[in-house]
Amino acid sequence: MQRYPFWKGALLSVMLLGAILLALPNWYGESPALQLSQRDRAAFDEPAAAAVAAALAEAKIPLEERFVDDDGRLWLRFGDGDRQLQARDLIQGGFEGRYAIAMTTASRAPDWLNALGIEPMSLGLDLRGGMLLVYEVDTEGAVAQLLQRMERDFRKVLRDARIPYQEVSVAGMVTSVRLRDATSTDAARKALLEFDPALTITADGATGVLQATLTETQAKERQDFAIQQNITALENRVNALGVSETVVQRQGQNRIAVQVPGVQDASEVVRLLGKIATLEFRLVDTAGSPEDAARSGHAPLGTKLYRMRDGSPVLLKRDVIASGEQLIDASFAPSQGEPSVSVKLDSRGGEEMLRTTRENLNRPMAIVFIEKEREQVERDGALVVVDRSKEEVISVANIKGVFANNFQITGLSAVEGTELAKLLRAGALAAPIVIVEQRVIGPALGKDNIEKGARALGIAGIFLFLFMVMYYKVFGLIADIVLLTNVIFIVAILGLFNAALTLPGIAGIVLTVGTAVDANILIYERIREELAVGASPWAAVNAGFDKAFSAIADSNVTMLMSGGVLFLFGSGPVRGFAVTLCIGIATSMFTALVGSRALIHLAYGRRRRIERLAI
Amino acid sequence: MEFLKQVPTIRFMALRRYWYWLSALVVAGSLVLVLVRGLNLTVDFTGGQVFEIAFSSPVDLERARGALADAGFEDFQVRSYGSASDLEIRLPPAAEGARTDRNDSVLAALRTLDPAARLNRTESVGPQVSRELGEQAALAVLMTLLLVLIYIALRFRWRFGIGSLVASLHDPIVAVGAIALLGIPFDLNVVAALLTILGYSVNDTVVIFDRIRERFRSMRKATPAEVIDKAINETLARTIIVSGSALSSVIFLAVLGGETLRGFAVALAIGIVIGTYSSVYVAGAIALDLGATGRDFMPPDKRGDVDELP
Repeated sequence: MQRYPFWKGALLSVMLLGAILLALPNWYGESPALQLSQRDRAAFDEPAAAAVAAALAEAKIPLEERFVDDDGRLWLRFGDGDRQLQARDLIQGGFEGRYAIAMTTASRAPDWLNALGIEPMSLGLDLRGGMLLVYEVDTEGAVAQLLQRMERDFRKVLRDARIPYQEVSVAGMVTSVRLRDATSTDAARKALLEFDPALTITADGATGVLQATLTETQAKERQDFAIQQNITALENRVNALGVSETVVQRQGQNRIAVQVPGVQDASEVVRLLGKIATLEFRLVDTAGSPEDAARSGHAPLGTKLYRMRDGSPVLLKRDVIASGEQLIDASFAPSQGEPSVSVKLDSRGGEEMLRTTRENLNRPMAIVFIEKEREQVERDGALVVVDRSKEEVISVANIKGVFANNFQITGLSAVEGTELAKLLRAGALAAPIVIVEQRVIGPALGKDNIEKGARALGIAGIFLFLFMVMYYKVFGLIADIVLLTNVIFIVAILGLFNAALTLPGIAGIVLTVGTAVDANILIYERIREELAVGASPWAAVNAGFDKAFSAIADSNVTMLMSGGVLFLFGSGPVRGFAVTLCIGIATSMFTALVGSRALIHLAYGRRRRIERLAI
Repeated sequence: MEFLKQVPTIRFMALRRYWYWLSALVVAGSLVLVLVRGLNLTVDFTGGQVFEIAFSSPVDLERARGALADAGFEDFQVRSYGSASDLEIRLPPAAEGARTDRNDSVLAALRTLDPAARLNRTESVGPQVSRELGEQAALAVLMTLLLVLIYIALRFRWRFGIGSLVASLHDPIVAVGAIALLGIPFDLNVVAALLTILGYSVNDTVVIFDRIRERFRSMRKATPAEVIDKAINETLARTIIVSGSALSSVIFLAVLGGETLRGFAVALAIGIVIGTYSSVYVAGAIALDLGATGRDFMPPDKRGDVDELP
């Protein structure tokens, strides 16, 4: 009789139960769902949710489940995709566009699992269908833009200060000024620094030449700005698509990857993401009543009716003080302990701002965010390009002092400030972007991929299971249980780290299952050899595990190395393969060495004497 | 059940001359194939755009080519993909970036043949990105080789190190040759398969070397060839079962996993077969011909003995 330490068995059981619990949501699968959020970003309350459910019931669209999530969005889950589409059309038509609707899928797992926050693995684009776009940001162009603007601003600053100059020119990262009169060098230097205190200027009083160098840090800041700006703009537009689980992330030096699952019309998405954003600074008209204007649809003379982001109306004056092209930088920075957004304009915008603020102290000023979309429309048999724009007021603040090209917007919460700074950056003159990579997987192909992948995994698994039982009898059954546990562990760990399962990922699991038997076979062949030379059963088992260990460890290390390299260098689906391969190697080693030994003890450990092992 | 009731006594090492010639021939053939015939590189590495269009019924390739030519496309390739009603269309890279405005025009041109034609998949890779993907793939292969080399250097003395290194170079080269021969589309997934082959091949070699090491300790009087033969014979059952089960898994994947995974799975299958052969023959045989003895397995700095070669 062999004793297996109780604590080891208990620990293994707890681990197995935990893994089963984590893997469980995948068993139930997912079904089509709609995710509704209120346009004014308020949370759904019970009456509103019930009203939607009642409308669906009236139209005889059966609803499998509805719930409001932590972010106050209403989820509606349906039995199939047709009902999901019917419901979407109904809600779009019946509730006057009050809700933003996102097509998605929701887990069919019971409530107690959802309540525990255990979620199924997410699926990669190749398994659910969708689109990957990689944009490249022209960061060089962004720096060139900045230098051009410096050149223009310098001319203007010198003209305004009445300092005559021969020329202002840009060479490399240096903007040089050659003054007509060398005696005004100090004055020129002072005027330029006053305009932009961040400048690094070297001045030569003898020749009247001033040079402002764009430092490496400043150039880098500008490049980061260009990327951040495009990320924000893309995030905004991707969110507006009404698809859930979208991803916008920086990729490498100057690229942005956008993932949109479940897209039906790829070119539509490309067009929507290619919108151009800008900003307008305007004064608020305090004389008229915005509510009246909203009701009648007529704005008083010289004003225009806008909506705030929460939908409330506001009247703005027609004159534009400054626009997005003049915005150089906007960042969220607490000033004197209060959250604020600091804004930097170029000289032209600054001049206009100075005049406006001087005349309108203590009056409110608004910032409008505008998104333009180019569209080709057929009109009278010919294609014409139409610009459609969406305009939204993102900030209204009182002018508290006279300022020019550098100012702060205060009176915001930290969250509002961050959001405002992001939107301002998104509206600045954009660094050009081009699509350098695009991959679209149709939803039908995605479904096909996952079905075929799962079938290959299932059949390969069954084949191996039968083979192991035939070849190693009881020990084969033990190996099978170990293999199954291994797959459960892989699925649980993928869910735990929220790693997406891709088609090569499934291949990784299949390959792992194929090679995971390796560890078991190494052990069992050893046990057989030991038995063949006449060792007693328990001595053979123990020697088998001990002697096979070094070979198992060695061989797994080499597989882990190629898995690790794949993870570092691969992207997208290939990375998915590397992830499942590495996880699979780790779990298969653990289950073969620890799990399989525990099971052998479970099967044979209670007997006083074993005549022979069924191997 | 047991495949091999008794440990076989095949004299693998005695036949090694013939296998050297075979391996050398296959490696040379692979290199020639890759250089002459070339690899069927996908848009991942060439740049350009590929479309997979599903028709409602089998479609004639010539008519599809005609429809695309009528729509003003040039230099395109059309082939059927999986079934006769699925087409794959490849367009060369556009001058600037990745063009996405061609999606609609390609689909529109083919809908003149079949209004129900559906875009299943499209990939568009710009020239810059495809160059980088190629560089990254090459770098990944080199990195893995380097890691394998370091690992082997730590684990074995130089004779066996060279043996397994030659084996691990041999395998991917022959696999790439087979991929070129079969015209399997060479994409990122196939690169992943090649790296896996590298790992798998070393894995297999290490298991056998592990046993050789053990036998050198227990069979003091035997010649090195006898020791290596004995170790290979003893692990033969394991080698057959493991390679067989891994091979069966990837064959199921190749047959049932769908067109997307076929190239990947076939590349893996080829690699598993070659990896198994090379760990038996290439690695062990080279070590033997370099004059391997039991001393080559002792960890480098123990027992105070010094390598007679750098």
